[in-house]
Amino acid sequence: MSELDENNEPSTRSVTVSEGEPGPSDWSEFRAQMHEWRQSVERVLPPWWSRALAGTLIVIGIVLPFLFSADSGFLNATIIAVAYAVMSLGLNIVVGFAGLLDLGYVAFYALGAYTLGWFGSGFFFKAHLHVLVSPVASTLPGIHLNFILILIVAALICALAGALIGLPTLRLRGDYIAIVTLAFGEIIATLAVNGTSIHLGGGQTLTAGNLGISGVDSPYFPGLGLFNELNLRPWYWLIFGVLLVVLFVNLRLRDSRLGRAWVALREDEVAAVSMGIPLVRTKLMAYSIGAAFGGMAGAFFGTYFTVVNASQFQFGFSIFILGMVIIGGLGSIWGAVAGGLLLGYINYYLIPDVLNSLPSKVGLNFQLTEIEFGIYGFLLVIMMILRPQGLIPERRRRLELTGRVAATDSELVEPTAISTLGLAESE
Amino acid sequence: MSAVADSPPVAAAMEVDHVVKAFGGLIAVNDVSLDIPKGKIVSLIGPNGAGKTTLFNMLTGLYKPTSGRIVFDERDITRKRPDLITKLGVARTFQNIRLFGAMTALENVIVGRHTRMRTGVFGAIFRPPWVRREESEVQDRARDLLKFVGLREDSFDRLAAQLPYGDQRRVEIARALASDPSLLLLDEPTAGMNPYESDALAQFMRRMREELNLTILLIEHDMKVVMGVSERVTVLDHGNKIAEGPPAEVRADPAVIEAYLGKQT
Repeated sequence: MSELDENNEPSTRSVTVSEGEPGPSDWSEFRAQMHEWRQSVERVLPPWWSRALAGTLIVIGIVLPFLFSADSGFLNATIIAVAYAVMSLGLNIVVGFAGLLDLGYVAFYALGAYTLGWFGSGFFFKAHLHVLVSPVASTLPGIHLNFILILIVAALICALAGALIGLPTLRLRGDYIAIVTLAFGEIIATLAVNGTSIHLGGGQTLTAGNLGISGVDSPYFPGLGLFNELNLRPWYWLIFGVLLVVLFVNLRLRDSRLGRAWVALREDEVAAVSMGIPLVRTKLMAYSIGAAFGGMAGAFFGTYFTVVNASQFQFGFSIFILGMVIIGGLGSIWGAVAGGLLLGYINYYLIPDVLNSLPSKVGLNFQLTEIEFGIYGFLLVIMMILRPQGLIPERRRRLELTGRVAATDSELVEPTAISTLGLAESE
Repeated sequence: MSAVADSPPVAAAMEVDHVVKAFGGLIAVNDVSLDIPKGKIVSLIGPNGAGKTTLFNMLTGLYKPTSGRIVFDERDITRKRPDLITKLGVARTFQNIRLFGAMTALENVIVGRHTRMRTGVFGAIFRPPWVRREESEVQDRARDLLKFVGLREDSFDRLAAQLPYGDQRRVEIARALASDPSLLLLDEPTAGMNPYESDALAQFMRRMREELNLTILLIEHDMKVVMGVSERVTVLDHGNKIAEGPPAEVRADPAVIEAYLGKQT
């Protein structure tokens, strides 16, 4: 037990790394070897290599659409996968950084999409407001804002909604947060369906329900012209740009005072507030920022799918995004991107375009798209067995989940929660 | 609190005034009053379940007292939020170490400095020069504190959960000191230490008081430490204050002996 206790402190109790059950020592040797190799590689590389790598990736990202025809199915899948990655990054802030299990993320997809429906179509047919839109759209009735403005408005609306949804969960922990957020997701989805009965006056309703708000504007930028379905490249660059912005914000936040406060709250709420972290503000910030990113991706989906339909906002979508975060590695920014891209490609390319006819080829009477949730479930189970820390785990979680640190919660902190703040320190 | 006569009267860092805490029918702390004079080391002792940690939790804002008043630095902090109390200058450690296990020792200390930093969301995203400066200052300060509490430098970037027990205690104290407190509450800091380590810690407490101008309130079971380091001792039993005074006096108090050992028959 104390062989790893390098300081050899004569302490009676030790909350340290312990080998636990007699593990295969060659395995840990192998790990140490790998670690050494990695470090030696890093020593050889110049200090700017990570920047160079990031630059290369961005360039690859920009030229990627030229490798495929402008209306190819793969490009279509890529666009959706990138938008998923944006959502996954947003949810990762709430679930991964701050440790608040949010099962109602679909609410922000809905709100973002409706922001587009409200401010980028003829839905509010009585209004006439046009800001920097295409010549065609500026002749139409309704509110028409430039897509960049819609992105900003969607982010703001969702940030506000995120804080509102976060409020009732502040006093809750773990599973209870999941239940409340799940309920909120369902409320928003139901509101979307029944919005046809909510009258805003003058024959105007809140949503178009299952009929959907159609005829939404495509993004338009002076110089680039109006986006259309025949050329998907501009769509790709648009969402890729959004991804880069969101990624940048994520990285900056992670390594900031706020990012540390989130992790501290996740690790030990009582200790965190005792160290001066304002509980309410910090948690609401996580909800708001996470929701804002979901709203941006939602607005993009709205215009990309050309319709905002209440039936798009299903509970399963929340789980789908959560699956991306978990498969990528909870709390890991690059993991969230990888998970979003992976599940996006599986859902929109691998299953429908590549493997769909596989069952019929072996004489089975169904299509693979019919069992896609079964496939995700299977993937998730495999993942939890083989690599519970996710594809690209966060440094902290890696240690937590692979058993290298045997200090369990009960050793480190008191078991959870009776009173308001969960203080149950026995004397 | 005039019952206790300290030779030169000092201003109180914290005054606890008739504080009661009831959990339903259970009265954990019953009408306890207590003065913590500035610059002193005061110990709070008592058998298990006496209400010491409950009192601590009220002083730091984690519990709201059922009744009574707590004044720190001439400000009423009775129902203030814990993070605001920390900002005013009260810091604490926990009986069972509560470090952020998945953060490094250094990051733990940096988190402790949260209230003394200004960076908000936009500062974090755009990272203007003043934010960079603040970050590097906090890093330096955290390193200094870890050195001050005697952590070896190669342990700074290790995850807190991986550190040996004694080092975890050190990091916890450094984390508490990071908020520039004027009053430090230590909840059984020597728990799990051998006599040699306890001795070193007692020395260190005196050093902290001298060098950082601290007032220290200490919950402690190790009588050797209590008698050696504190200028004043308050004894709680079943939520009631049963004795208060200089260590030697308290040690001889029959009520205290009874609380610890039971009545002599």
